[in-house]
Amino acid sequence: MREFTYTKAADAAEAVRLAAAGARYLGGGTNLVDLMREEIERPTALVDVSGLAQGITEHPDGSVEIGAATRNTAVAAHPRIRRDYPVLARAIVSGASGQIRNAATVGGNLLQRTRCPYFYDVAARCNKREPGSGCDARQGFHRTHAVLATSAHCIATHPSDMCVALVALDAQVHILGPAGARVVAVADLYRDPGETPHLETVLGPAELITAVRLPRAVDGAVSTYRKVRDRTSYAFALVSVAAVLRVVDATVADVRIALGGVASRPWRARVAERELLGAPAEPDTFKRAAEAEFRSARPLPDNAFKVSLAPRVVADVLKGLSG
Amino acid sequence: MSMMQRATEALNRTLPDRDVDPLTTARRVVGQPVSRVDGPAKVTGGAAFTADVDLPGMAFASLVPSRIARGRIRRIDVTRAAAAPGVIGVVTHDNAPRMDTPVLMTLTAKGCAFIDVAPLQDDVVRWNGQAVAVVVAESQECADAAAHLVHVEYDADAARTSFGDLQSEAVFPADVLGEPPEITRGDVDGALAGAAFVVDEVYSTPQHHHMAIELHATVARWTPEGKLHVWDSTQALVRTRHSLAHAMGLPEEDVTVTCRAVGGGFGNKTVWDHQLLCVAAARVTGRPVRLALRRKDAFRMTGGRAPSRQRVALGADAAGRLRALVHDSVTGIVHENSPEQVSVPARHLYAADTYRIGQKKVVLDVVPNASMRAPGDSIGSFALESAIDELASRVGLDPIELRRRNEPAVDPTDGTRFSKRHLIEAYRRGAERFGWQERNRVPGGQRDGRWLVGHGTASAFYPYIRMPGGKVRIRITADGRAIVSAAANDMGMGTETVQVQQAAERLGLPIDRVGFEFGDTTLPESPIAAGSAQTASLVITVAAAAEELKKVLLKRVPRRSALYGLKPNDVVYRDGGLRHAGDPSRAATFEELVGEAEYVEAVGSSPMLPLEFMKYSMHGYGAHFCEVRVDAVTGETRVSRWVACIDAGRIINPKTAASQIRGAVIMGVGSALMEEGLVDRRTGRTVNASAAEYHVPVHADVCDIDVIFLDLPDPLTPMGVHGVGEIGIVGVAAAVANAVYNATGVRVRDLPITLDKIFTGSGAS
Amino acid sequence: MAHEGISTAEVTVRVNGQSRSADIDTRTSLLDLLRDRFRLTGTKWGCNQGGCGACTVLVDDQRTLSCLMLAVQADGREVTTIEGLGDAAALHRLQEAFIAHDGFQCGYCTAGQICSGVALAGEAAAGVPSVVTQDLRAETVELSVEEIRERMSGNLCRCGAHNGIVAAVSEVYGS
Repeated sequence: MREFTYTKAADAAEAVRLAAAGARYLGGGTNLVDLMREEIERPTALVDVSGLAQGITEHPDGSVEIGAATRNTAVAAHPRIRRDYPVLARAIVSGASGQIRNAATVGGNLLQRTRCPYFYDVAARCNKREPGSGCDARQGFHRTHAVLATSAHCIATHPSDMCVALVALDAQVHILGPAGARVVAVADLYRDPGETPHLETVLGPAELITAVRLPRAVDGAVSTYRKVRDRTSYAFALVSVAAVLRVVDATVADVRIALGGVASRPWRARVAERELLGAPAEPDTFKRAAEAEFRSARPLPDNAFKVSLAPRVVADVLKGLSG
Repeated sequence: MSMMQRATEALNRTLPDRDVDPLTTARRVVGQPVSRVDGPAKVTGGAAFTADVDLPGMAFASLVPSRIARGRIRRIDVTRAAAAPGVIGVVTHDNAPRMDTPVLMTLTAKGCAFIDVAPLQDDVVRWNGQAVAVVVAESQECADAAAHLVHVEYDADAARTSFGDLQSEAVFPADVLGEPPEITRGDVDGALAGAAFVVDEVYSTPQHHHMAIELHATVARWTPEGKLHVWDSTQALVRTRHSLAHAMGLPEEDVTVTCRAVGGGFGNKTVWDHQLLCVAAARVTGRPVRLALRRKDAFRMTGGRAPSRQRVALGADAAGRLRALVHDSVTGIVHENSPEQVSVPARHLYAADTYRIGQKKVVLDVVPNASMRAPGDSIGSFALESAIDELASRVGLDPIELRRRNEPAVDPTDGTRFSKRHLIEAYRRGAERFGWQERNRVPGGQRDGRWLVGHGTASAFYPYIRMPGGKVRIRITADGRAIVSAAANDMGMGTETVQVQQAAERLGLPIDRVGFEFGDTTLPESPIAAGSAQTASLVITVAAAAEELKKVLLKRVPRRSALYGLKPNDVVYRDGGLRHAGDPSRAATFEELVGEAEYVEAVGSSPMLPLEFMKYSMHGYGAHFCEVRVDAVTGETRVSRWVACIDAGRIINPKTAASQIRGAVIMGVGSALMEEGLVDRRTGRTVNASAAEYHVPVHADVCDIDVIFLDLPDPLTPMGVHGVGEIGIVGVAAAVANAVYNATGVRVRDLPITLDKIFTGSGAS
Repeated sequence: MAHEGISTAEVTVRVNGQSRSADIDTRTSLLDLLRDRFRLTGTKWGCNQGGCGACTVLVDDQRTLSCLMLAVQADGREVTTIEGLGDAAALHRLQEAFIAHDGFQCGYCTAGQICSGVALAGEAAAGVPSVVTQDLRAETVELSVEEIRERMSGNLCRCGAHNGIVAAVSEVYGS
């Protein structure tokens, strides 16, 4: 780990000022500290924002605002989240371990970096870590990698569970930067890898995530999260599904589906949603819609199984929610 | 087999057996489920592990790993690293002290190294991840940061990195642990062709890693007189000393190795490069140095279990009797001292009219593989016991009945008598406990909600081994306590507890009057803790020391004593002292016998050659039963029930022994379902070198494991015991694979059984 | 340890009820602060990357991986390590249960397992759900064996003492 100076920010404005002068934001440290040890991240100054906005505010319009420094456990345990946003509570507790969820912040979780082993190994070629160096995963081990919206330059996945639920919930990210505050949908926070896989989000220099806002929960909808992985717990997703579903008169009245483990970002399954909206809520429909989402998939030999696995899981989750 | 071996064997067949140990049936202390005597230290953080050692002036080392699999270092520039804050020195092949090749781990030599060349002696890179420099600094943070500043340029050569691609180059090794690499009887191919039922399949297993939670750590300190003290996380104190002394050109008495607690070994806590690098760094810098491997280094600088590809062909008659047994296997290794002996189970488990059982090697440019819990047997049994299950399906027999019909009367390949063999009894007891009669009988036929439920069984097996050459000291103190001392090792097997128990039984003392002192080479020399042999090796040596102690004690008997004039054979240890064997009234307590002295002691040596297992077929056996649940949508597999019925001789401590079996089953379940070291064929580099990416079972993967011990003594072993550390993993992966087949109708022959292998083949819905 | 030219910071942590201060390299993890500066070596170093749980301690009563927490972030906080739970003369009841159920073999992951286990009670009482919790709305969670297995899954054990660990936690905190 390279040397760095450390400052605990008193408020968001101070944090942004320090970041504008070159400091990196430090949240719970569960990802950044590890990456610094590997010298994949080499900040010379850290500004600690883990003591800033912690807390969950319930707004009169039914929306819920979660401070960016709120710990993952606190979000999953919050009675309102458990009652109205079960998909989010379940997604959070599907991720990492109890210890990590106690430390990890919501803002940090949004910005966590891929677990591609070639990204993690500084001896390997990785366009995300070292632009232009190449991608060793494409011809190497890629069983856990992305099949949607990949590029010749990167096939890494976004590792978060929480973010998959946030995308399904149409959550918004509140951002403070040197030029002021702005709001971006979580789904629009991320970029596809394209030719610049090292540019992962639309955040500008020194921009700080200050909060995540969940819109009012869809009345009459049910939601859940299903994670498929190589061991029962404490493993990253091969495929995960966040789904919100409202069925009226055996017809899909509202549906939001997001997928983890299949793309470089938490993937909103808009193709499937379009096919489902207004269609009969039955297993065949679910299956066809889910398969449609993967028509654009570009799998490689070892991760081709995801193209059949993911639609089956989506269909199964929707079947569970509708039954 | 050599002429000499044949001659020795012929001689041994005519030798009389050793007397049966009179304590084989003793049950006062042995056989009791005693809680670990080191429990309070271990649950309070008080146990002393190597990385906890703190010496005045201690510096910290960090290693620089190579990035190529084979070639030469063209240039290594340490300027920036050496100038970095806190750095004391950088050691490379330019300034490393001369070191000899450390003595390798073999059956006969006294070393325990697996890498057959000392580090930093030349500019040659032999595998990807090999250390090419050591940075020593005032703190670990400074050392780690500076290690990133060492600049290395390489000239890479073509390397042999892909086990899969090199199968056509497989050749026989000279031997497999002293046995011929291939043994044959009869026209096996003809018998196979003419068999009523045939199974002929290829199975594969990947590289596995030990992944002990404690990372390898070494602290080295040179004294001003040039002596060396090494604290090391090792499962072979004396062999570590021997390897290091030889490498450094020191007499053994100038080297001390200390290790009170090891955080898991499983065959991997032996001598690798890091001990030599630490010792070299301490010499170059003149400081005591601590070197703890990082997790990724443990994956890339120490060896795991070798990959294998195994063809098993079985031919049976209409009744399911084996007419032909073929086990043609290949393992990917570096040198022949560690062959990954996958062909061993097939040599001893089944009677077959004809057979060809053997193994070839493919030599790879990787870090040499180590022994990993039941090396060879564990993964060899995956192939063999899967194939037996496949044959049972084909013949239409209960797999247990198939095994019963092929149970040999004598060892099937060397013809020796069994010292004991209760495999079928293990199946009977295990089947009863498991409810095997109520098992699912139609593959894919049992469903519980979202789960497909299946049942599987397979045999456990492991050789009985006793290491020669150990010594034990027993000291009786003035207050009548016994302190038993040996440079033995405890990596969690319960050595301290079990040794206290067996010595207490031997010496006629309660366990709270016996202490076991271990973990330092200043104590009497003791064998490596490997091959599940430490307990038997120590039991026989304690027995020898106890006999010596009788002589010493009897010499001290005063004329007025009731024991005066008795010979060692006349007395037994009983009730905290010695007693006439036939007359309980003639007795003296240890306090009386020690008298005015501070203590009385004697040293005993183990009988040198363990001749008994040249004359008899001596193995442990067992039967595994498991239930798996496979998600019908995703193929995720969970092990939901397990019964292991084990025939491993007399059990000294059923509590700690059951834990050993459970641990082995869990490691086996890991190998069955998730463990796979991914070696990139382009670079020879282990890619998933982390605790997060190399999956081992977590709590949620582990069901209750029901362990039954037959607890039938082996009349030829000390106290009737066998080892219990390794037998429990053998057969586990096959039992899981057999259960997955039973649940889904899909036979997975390539470990690990990940969900993509199940549902791509099954079309499950 | 801090050295010339290195960025340093002064931290004060309340460890096992006692306030302790050190001048440290900012790169120092809480784990290394505890082990190398405060000589509390019961907390173990298993992967230094959040992959094994061996370094688990309680920070303000929440179980936390001390390897991933910079020591500077622990400034002003309350830390409990295995040494603070009990000693050989006065064992914590979970420590006793670990011995009774043979919840360890080598003993290396044990401190982390026990610290993790101790924290479960608070998490369940606060209604923190897990991935196997059926009823998300329940105010408190009953610690069934299935819940304990899931919640302890961030603590790896390679010796395979899982049955004993879960039995011990279940005996003390289970439903």
